[in-house]
Amino acid sequence: MSDSGNAPATNIIGAGLTGLSAALTLAGQGRKSRLISVQSSERAQSNLAEGGINAALNVSGEMDSVEEHFADTMRAGCYLADPIMVRQLTKAAPQIVQKLQRLGVPFAKEDGRILQRYFGGQKKKRTAFVKSSTGKALMAAMIDAVRQYEVAGLVERYSHHCFERLFIHEDRCLGAQCRDAYTEERKAFPGPVIVAAGGMNGMFFGHTTGTTANTGSVTANLFEQGVVLSNLEFIQYHPTTVSIPGKRLLISEAARGEGGRLMIMRDGRPCYFMEEKYGPDGNRMPRDVISREMALLSEDVFLDLRGLSQAIWERRLPDLRDEIQHYLGMDPAKEPVPVAPGIHYCMGGIRVDEGHRTNRSFLYAAGECACAYHGANRLGGNSLLGAIFGGRCAAESVMKDLAGASKGNGNARRIEASNSNENAGKTRFAQASDDENGMEFLNGAEEIMSLQIAAYSSLSCDEQSIEKKMEEALFSGLSILRNEERLTQAHQTILQLYNRKETLSDELRARLHLAEAMLLSALERKESRGAHTRMDYPETKDAFRAQTCAKWEAGRVGITFEKRAL
Amino acid sequence: MIIRKELIIRRQQKKDAAPYWESFSFETEEVGATVATALTELVREHSIGWECSCLQKKCGACAMVINGVSRLACDTKLVDCKTDAIRLEPLKKFPVVRDLIVDRSAMMERLKELSVWLETDGGSSEKLVERKSEDVGEGKAGRLRLRKESESADEIAYEASKCLQCGLCLEICPNFAVGAAFSGMAAMSPMTRLIVSAPKEQRKQLARDYEKSVYAGCGKSLACREVCPAGINIDRLMSRSNAAAIWGRWN
Repeated sequence: MSDSGNAPATNIIGAGLTGLSAALTLAGQGRKSRLISVQSSERAQSNLAEGGINAALNVSGEMDSVEEHFADTMRAGCYLADPIMVRQLTKAAPQIVQKLQRLGVPFAKEDGRILQRYFGGQKKKRTAFVKSSTGKALMAAMIDAVRQYEVAGLVERYSHHCFERLFIHEDRCLGAQCRDAYTEERKAFPGPVIVAAGGMNGMFFGHTTGTTANTGSVTANLFEQGVVLSNLEFIQYHPTTVSIPGKRLLISEAARGEGGRLMIMRDGRPCYFMEEKYGPDGNRMPRDVISREMALLSEDVFLDLRGLSQAIWERRLPDLRDEIQHYLGMDPAKEPVPVAPGIHYCMGGIRVDEGHRTNRSFLYAAGECACAYHGANRLGGNSLLGAIFGGRCAAESVMKDLAGASKGNGNARRIEASNSNENAGKTRFAQASDDENGMEFLNGAEEIMSLQIAAYSSLSCDEQSIEKKMEEALFSGLSILRNEERLTQAHQTILQLYNRKETLSDELRARLHLAEAMLLSALERKESRGAHTRMDYPETKDAFRAQTCAKWEAGRVGITFEKRAL
Repeated sequence: MIIRKELIIRRQQKKDAAPYWESFSFETEEVGATVATALTELVREHSIGWECSCLQKKCGACAMVINGVSRLACDTKLVDCKTDAIRLEPLKKFPVVRDLIVDRSAMMERLKELSVWLETDGGSSEKLVERKSEDVGEGKAGRLRLRKESESADEIAYEASKCLQCGLCLEICPNFAVGAAFSGMAAMSPMTRLIVSAPKEQRKQLARDYEKSVYAGCGKSLACREVCPAGINIDRLMSRSNAAAIWGRWN
């Protein structure tokens, strides 16, 4: 704690599980942070996570191991995730679950030991859970844990604050410009920035299981400021969702983990199509596989939960049953539930290295907004894990980089897209800071930022029709089954909307650029892999075993492919 | 079927501005449409301030007063509103920011004042269990009792963790006012989570805080029971907390 006195506070954008984890990690080392979010933690999308969190605790007598968790995650992601990152994640998982238990998370237990359930894409029981409300229970415990540091003055909350833009000077992030949504006042927050703003579900309003507060605007703004994004074409459709006003309601994968079966009616008889094609574990295939199979069917699909025992309903899924009864007016223990795939998660996002550093020094990203652990398709139960671990990693990198900066050895290692040419910034940074505890960083930042605070226009009422057209174009182009024609058509629509850019707000313009990057990423990946199914390129190609990189440069979107050491 | 409703909204441009009422008409064919559905559509054309996030009563953002009752907008179906005109007002116990947005930070601040967090020793969870086992005695019977207690504690902690911090229980409570000692069910729920998990050293202070900020001020009208959108079993939580914090029966 001795070296923390003068260090600049870290700005964490987003107060969901990732942001809380980052704040907790920094505070645990006596480091200050600002927790900046549009709404309070209780409103974050993390609260909606249901089925559980993966960790190879090996408590079910199945000889589970970290190695198998690693292998399952890599395989489900079709080998696009960085193996170094996935190894770190899966190795840390058991300790993370134990820590959550210490924080009071009431995980399901049997004989005093944590009980785990089956989940998609994994042969072993590896998912620790709190009924079907795991995200909510984790958030309650993490909010409490962070509160302690709020009182100690190490975490300062800025709820109702919207991120607008970064302060960037010569490829170095100096801080964040935010607006207080209650007072409209603009504020400059100097210091390193960890982006923990959630995925891009909001680019598909009404078609997703996420929250309306999650708009994707933070990622869009960063993209316009030169932050490289990766794997934007990989969008997870969760196989079992139902339509409710304004959104898709998730029916947790836990339902299938506990024995639920996917069914269609064929010739007047129930047909369990996943079991027929993939065998007894067919209902627990990874989400991309099931959603693709469902998209190829012409029949309505049902989730048959009639075989679940009374004990399972009472002890493990009472909340899920209540929810289905409330929203669909039917008892899932008695009738099959009509389901369809819905957009649930973005595997792609801000490109980061294994320390969650972006291509700008002192800018980090973690949680769903980062492209990290999930490759071409995410395993259920790995998102809560990735959020907590990613937030922790990013926070640790901040501390290392600030310490490095103070020693003058400039270890702010950054990842480079193949078309970037940013080495000059790196060298400059290495020589710039020679003071203790990142003080040089802070001084420079304040000076520069006072010059740079800028106007930023948010989406306005009269732009809502343009936004709606954008969302529909994206949804049509980036459906489960894709082809060149539909993607090109969607891209043309975006370009037409974008050509009226003189009238657009900063927020909508950035979102259109992001939309374009998503569509171009999908167009350029001329293969099928994981959640990206090209009907015109059905095979998986070795040449595409690489991450798509989207970069905004000289007023246009550039797409390249980056191989990682595998 | 077409649902036609008139939404009469209490508007207020900013904190100190004079409030006024404005009517908007809304129609939809969606049977399940809620007040949140209507507001989502209306803000596409009118700049009405309101907060919204999950649309499935799991986040508490859209708490407001609907036809005089404190509810979540996303949990209020238009077809269930008996009148053709629906009056929307911001929660009255918190300061208005703009239109239907209120500043609920006093609720979170109170949890800070009450030190609502678990004092963990940084040890392993096994240690936590070991410490508890000292309280319940040695041997097989003790371990069995411990297991049962920890399972029931988990059930209570789960129930308590459902709290959305939406503020609806405070709005309807006859005993709650911002700034007063009584903190309402929005504090009782998170405190109960602590009560079932807190290590021995934390209990004394916790009991004192609970008595002062929950037990002493609750007039037992239990109106909160009716409005909680998470359906929290308030009686169950309160019985457990009272037993521990007031009557000293921690296990």
